[in-house]
Amino acid sequence: MYGNDFSAPDEPFSLLDQVDEAERDLVAAAQRDLARNVGRDEQESFDAIIDADQKIEPRDWMPESYRKTLVRQIAQHAHSEIIGMQPEGNWITRAPSLKRKAILLAKVQDEAGHGLYLYAAAETLGVSRDELVQMLLDGRQKYSSIFNYPTLTWADIGAIGWLVDGAAIVNQVPLCRCSYGPYARAMIRICKEESFHQRQGYEILHTLSHGTPAQKAMAQDAVDRWWYPSLAMFGPPDTESTHSEQSMAWGIKRFSNDDLRQRFVDMCVGQAEILGLKLPDDALRWNAERGHHDFSAPDFDELMRVIKGDGPCNRQRMNHRRAAHVEGAWVREAAAAHAAKKRTLVSA
Amino acid sequence: MTNEARRPEWGLWEVFVRPRRGLSHSHVGSLHAPDADIALRNARDVYTRRQEGVSIWVVPASAITASSPDEKDSFFDPAGDKVYRHPTFYEVPEGVQHL
Repeated sequence: MYGNDFSAPDEPFSLLDQVDEAERDLVAAAQRDLARNVGRDEQESFDAIIDADQKIEPRDWMPESYRKTLVRQIAQHAHSEIIGMQPEGNWITRAPSLKRKAILLAKVQDEAGHGLYLYAAAETLGVSRDELVQMLLDGRQKYSSIFNYPTLTWADIGAIGWLVDGAAIVNQVPLCRCSYGPYARAMIRICKEESFHQRQGYEILHTLSHGTPAQKAMAQDAVDRWWYPSLAMFGPPDTESTHSEQSMAWGIKRFSNDDLRQRFVDMCVGQAEILGLKLPDDALRWNAERGHHDFSAPDFDELMRVIKGDGPCNRQRMNHRRAAHVEGAWVREAAAAHAAKKRTLVSA
Repeated sequence: MTNEARRPEWGLWEVFVRPRRGLSHSHVGSLHAPDADIALRNARDVYTRRQEGVSIWVVPASAITASSPDEKDSFFDPAGDKVYRHPTFYEVPEGVQHL
């Protein structure tokens, strides 16, 4: 069914509907009988499961490169959720009302939860939590480059919800159909929750853009700054994407970077119109022949610079994460000591 | 960092949630915690932020014994050729009611 993941942009088929459909397909695929595993070697059994669009589960045999690809991708995704708490956490104390503050707190708490679902999925592949955390702290594993941009005004919280979470959802909805069971299940959970994030961002921008001229200008400024970094979230163009082909064959990835980017642009155009805000691209126009919008590509050299560590906030984000880890050490140690003491009391 | 490096990782716990009364607990994921009380609290915060459950079990992952996927065919073979365990195996004469 994955040919039908994406609807044409004029169809009112929401991202949430797509997640529900992925969940139904997951159950349907699980109920189809695989031919019995007679005389197949490990690789052939693995291929048969992928071909049948069923899920690989933690203790199944899998090629080492499949395992490594998943650990790298899931870990990077988990790290992104954890680092992603910073740009938004920055605004919790300054949210303009108690309601907005409560909502933002809930959203940042969700990001922590998403990080945990994903770390748990990665751990089923035989890597430990401490190893994963350490790889983030010493820079051996990356997180999404988008979180290296600063949140300068309250409108940025709106733009992050609408554009950054929107791009994340477009990227992630196909992952609800990933061939690795624990990852697919975590993504279904995450996508359902992300939908609240995107809508709250859109509502912030809508309120601002229908407020005073200064509020509208603030909303426009945030959209101007977040548009291209959001487009860059889909990764390098297909011609330069290194991991794509094998990931497609394994059912980890379902659509190319450029296809997803196009889908995102097509979605945003109508939403921007209703906001009364302009997407900062003079070349953006409908192309009837292609049935899609033409648009300007983001600056991929900038993307590479930010990934390599030279974005506006890379050092700040990593310093903050390292400091939080060190400053939280006493809590982890105290909890472990308390647990050990209770065990002694019970056994005494 | 020295204490941190020596500290054994908090244990892994598997989490099961009963979504509503009348339904059985289902596995929803896992988490790390130093003891059962904190495992339960963490499970509440991680897996039931939107009223997804009315009851939670946490089980140390090390306490679970699982069948091996390598031998799943031979392990489950004994049930494979016993179709007579299903009601659909039996022919019901026409006209029989309440059977």
